[in-house]
Amino acid sequence: MCATCGCDGQDHVHGKRIVDVEQDILHQNNLLAERNRGYFEAKNILALNLVSSPGSGKTTLLERTLMDLKGQLEFCVIEGDQQTTNDADRIHATGTKVTQINTGKGCHLDSQMISHALQGLKPKGDSIMFIENVGNLVCPAMFDLGEKERVVIISVTEGDDKPLKYPDMFFSSTLCIVNKTDLLPYVPFSIEKVKENALKINKDLHIIEVSCTNGEGLEEWYSWLKSKVLAPETV
Amino acid sequence: MHELSIVMSIIDIATKQMEGADACVIEEIELEIGALSGVEENSFEFAWKQAIRDTPLQNAILKIHKPEGLATCLDCMIDFSIQQLYDPCPICGGHFLNIKKGKELKVKSLVVN
Repeated sequence: MCATCGCDGQDHVHGKRIVDVEQDILHQNNLLAERNRGYFEAKNILALNLVSSPGSGKTTLLERTLMDLKGQLEFCVIEGDQQTTNDADRIHATGTKVTQINTGKGCHLDSQMISHALQGLKPKGDSIMFIENVGNLVCPAMFDLGEKERVVIISVTEGDDKPLKYPDMFFSSTLCIVNKTDLLPYVPFSIEKVKENALKINKDLHIIEVSCTNGEGLEEWYSWLKSKVLAPETV
Repeated sequence: MHELSIVMSIIDIATKQMEGADACVIEEIELEIGALSGVEENSFEFAWKQAIRDTPLQNAILKIHKPEGLATCLDCMIDFSIQQLYDPCPICGGHFLNIKKGKELKVKSLVVN
């Protein structure tokens, strides 16, 4: 009888041997993310993964965007939070199709959660899909969801050294939105410094300054969105 | 604490490979976790100890290779080691870099029985 597992020695080979694996640890997540990406491309959906620390104003930015661009572009939203449907309720109030993912104790969304959410949500083609990730500048950085672009949001109340403190998120994003610029007179935050720090991490990062309260800079964000939707695919 | 998800993925990959090799126990596992991969060593070890209980990895020896960060300055075309993603080129001080090493996150091999 096999001393290791108690079998009769017929079921499997015994003896020590090396198995070469050479597999990416996030392989499974990345495979599913590619499937999601294929789904989005087939339906001509621009999927954006919005990441930030809690309280930077992701949901407010979405509310404002959905209201301002109503009738011009088609939208759909996936909300990610540990608990509650508060954010989904806020998005729902704007008349936009939305689904809430509660991660429970989880600190990030992964591609399987998105794949599952898409089955229920059935988003329309030729649209923009906002995926609001769990408020966390660390963990979501490692998990591809199948998005076309990753948008990192930082608010002026957070400190202009944040890109240096959480480099992975700024490294993997293509657009950085600096939110709450109406509060600049009251906080020791330098726009120049945050830009300098963010570009140290990611030289290609596009940066847009906005205030969702007074509307400053939102036009530039809307133009960015429209340019992404209307731009013909280069093959 | 995304390290727990990472550990769960490792257990998944290792178990499948072990079953594919018709074995029933993993004696050793070799990983590659780069210095710039975004995995925090202490959190990883904490998650590892908790998660491998009652899995084929329970008694496995854990070997981790930790490749240091290496970047190429795309202006000077020289390679240099980096500790952080924001480290500048030592020649021109620029940040126009290509990361060559340090982002690895891999299961390299197993010893099964």
